[in-house]
Amino acid sequence: MSAKDRSKEGSMKAITANRLRDGEVVFLGEGGRWVESFAEAALFQRSEADAVLADAKATAEREQFGVDIYAFEVVEEDGVPVPATMRERIRTAGPTVRLDLGKQAA
Amino acid sequence: MNHIAPGARAGIYHYDEIDRQFVAERVEQFRKQVERRLSGELTEEEFKPVRLMNGLYLQLHAYMLRIAVPYGVMSATQLRKLAEIGRRYDRGYGHFTTRQNLQYNWIKLEDTPAILHELAEVDMHALQTSGNCVRNVTTDPFVGAARDEVVDGRVYAEILRQWTTMHPEFTYLPRKFKIAISGAESDRAAVRIHDVGLLARRNDKGEAGFSFYVGGGLGRSPFVGKLVREWVAEEDFVAYLEAILRVYNQYGRRDNIYKARIKILVHELGLEKFTQEVEEEFARLRGPKYRLDPEIVEGVRQHFAPPPFEEPPDHSEALERAKASDPAFANWLAVNVAEHKAPGYAIATISLKPAGGIPGDATCDQMDLVADLAERHSFGELRVTHVQNLVLAHVKKDELYDLWKQLDAAELGSANAGLIGDIIACPGLDYCALANARSIPLAQAISARFADPVRQRTIGELGIKISGCINACGHHHVGAIGILGVDKKGTEYYQITVGGDPTLTTEIGDILGPAVTETEAVDAIEAIVDVYLANRTGEGERFIDTLRRVGHAPFKERIYAAD
Amino acid sequence: MPLIENGRIGEDAWSFIPDGEPVPNDRPVIISFERWQAERDSFEGRNARLGVRLKSGTLAGAIAADLDRFSLVALEFPKFRDGRGFSTARELRERYGYTGEIRAVGHVIPDQYLFLVRTGFTSVEAPEGTNPDSWANALKEITIAFQPSLDDTAPLSLLRRKLKVG
Repeated sequence: MSAKDRSKEGSMKAITANRLRDGEVVFLGEGGRWVESFAEAALFQRSEADAVLADAKATAEREQFGVDIYAFEVVEEDGVPVPATMRERIRTAGPTVRLDLGKQAA
Repeated sequence: MNHIAPGARAGIYHYDEIDRQFVAERVEQFRKQVERRLSGELTEEEFKPVRLMNGLYLQLHAYMLRIAVPYGVMSATQLRKLAEIGRRYDRGYGHFTTRQNLQYNWIKLEDTPAILHELAEVDMHALQTSGNCVRNVTTDPFVGAARDEVVDGRVYAEILRQWTTMHPEFTYLPRKFKIAISGAESDRAAVRIHDVGLLARRNDKGEAGFSFYVGGGLGRSPFVGKLVREWVAEEDFVAYLEAILRVYNQYGRRDNIYKARIKILVHELGLEKFTQEVEEEFARLRGPKYRLDPEIVEGVRQHFAPPPFEEPPDHSEALERAKASDPAFANWLAVNVAEHKAPGYAIATISLKPAGGIPGDATCDQMDLVADLAERHSFGELRVTHVQNLVLAHVKKDELYDLWKQLDAAELGSANAGLIGDIIACPGLDYCALANARSIPLAQAISARFADPVRQRTIGELGIKISGCINACGHHHVGAIGILGVDKKGTEYYQITVGGDPTLTTEIGDILGPAVTETEAVDAIEAIVDVYLANRTGEGERFIDTLRRVGHAPFKERIYAAD
Repeated sequence: MPLIENGRIGEDAWSFIPDGEPVPNDRPVIISFERWQAERDSFEGRNARLGVRLKSGTLAGAIAADLDRFSLVALEFPKFRDGRGFSTARELRERYGYTGEIRAVGHVIPDQYLFLVRTGFTSVEAPEGTNPDSWANALKEITIAFQPSLDDTAPLSLLRRKLKVG
């Protein structure tokens, strides 16, 4: 089954935001903590993602922590979770035309 | 604040104490706004328009800060400051845009007030580079130097820069508002794809006046600007624009972001009704309060006095010798250098499009070098073009070879201005939060495919323009070949259009056929070029002319033959 | 809701009477433009001051002929990003010569206050809990303008003007 097919079925979701003060891409990790690396992001079942997202939004906005908070699809490739779309892959790594920049450079 | 004098001879508007005080106040205002946001007094919804009006976007990886380069003209000192900011607050480079501005991609909100403070030291700001206000007014990158210039667009662009600054009535328009001015015979400012395009002219008495084109624009619904008034006298210049903006602010749609630009209003009202509304408002506004005083025009004009040209002979022996001895230079000279109005001088385009490179990107080291070269060879001044290149407008012919050698050593010497390698590309999905597909990798692949300068020159004038989404920041609609990135179920595809034209004979390109993959797109471009070369009547027939003569069929057949 | 006038929280003598509710005759009230259109005859002979509230899509021309009946015109901002009110106020003042109070109601933010004053507004209805300092500051932080408007400015040179609103 291809990644595309799997994403239509019961795939996982991760929750992301940009940190307000510096714009850094962050992900919701375990225990409601925000992390900078996608590898540490918590994965949620489709069914639970909406509730977690609403809660994360409310908290992040109340604490002036993050902006533009949303959930995105995650699929498995070779046993490793990766974002389903090119857009989110680029956000988790950095520009594909500058491999020396962004999270991929660290 | 430490004020750094921006170079006495440069043809830029020199701030005085009043201008400096204003920008300093705006910086301080934004500092407080950032504090109010961080403290929670301002919600993100309320803060967003405020930060946008200071040029600050939130993009994929971080905040993006867009610095205004008024009408694309700046001094070497200012460029050096941009390099310094890029090193200190960003990642050592900047991106020159189709709006003749510069943007940084890795900015922190909390650093922004400090950056704006540093910009103010060299009379720069990021005001109105975003938001639903009148944006940075653009003009001909050859302004003040071109042989075919009739009116100096900088003077009126600067008047509009000032007049629109924090305009109390027109800061919350239905949508953004872009104005371009051209004062030359050839339109190098693409005026008819702007919300308002102004053609500056002179009447029989030698007085300056303007033709107003309204409602041009690209994006989801591309329109070519329509002539609303053939002649607006200089003294009515601001009043007429005010009438247009008031009609737009009152009647422009606010229910749908995709229908909010003035082009849709002009289209829905019809040109006649729109013009009637504007004329009624204008008739009322005409009068002493809104008359543009000739003394104001003269005061602004003095900032753009010609630099102290020497009077070298128009024929340069040194140039002829270099041309004969160095074919690569001769090629650059033929492609990137234009005639200057002053004898013995030339206009040099610095390409930011090395083969396989990222269109419009410049490293801070390159910016420093260009600043040095501008000081040495062009009275300390340079321009940014809407095709994302730089221009040194006043170079002595005797010095062109020296200039090119230094540019070439820094990967700035590509001989491709106006050729197939001179690709416009928006940042696309690599940086932009709105994009559907990447633009840059395709631009890199195409320019690498056509890297050979001889081949490029054989092909001749051919503009490729690539946008990563329908918002069309890469102007794909008006590319002789346009490419639009689309997303089909998570895969990037590219739709090819042909026949676009950004000059006064403005044309929106037509879609050639179904969208193709990135690899197919590069092959398709090559196929289009082959068909053109096989069909053209001779070297003098440009791609666009051949296309108009033979139509789409031969191109379609070749690309989609296998389907 | 707090009323902002001259950069300070002021007393509000006016109250808005929603459509359908009886209109008191003994104190200043604001009614909707729609009610005015439907029931204008019922306001003949009224002594207490009357104000009218216009939705943002209602432009100045719609009320121009009746302006002498109103001591106050309230212009509604459904969202602060909807800037039609700036033009409406300016038209009321400049085109139709209205001299009464023009009030911004709905969603406006302190960052717009200077623009409101400069286009002819006299007062602003601010949300509960608003920070009065932000409003006061909004009139002081910028002292220069680049265009003539309805406020009292003194030309400096070229297009620049000294603002006096602060």
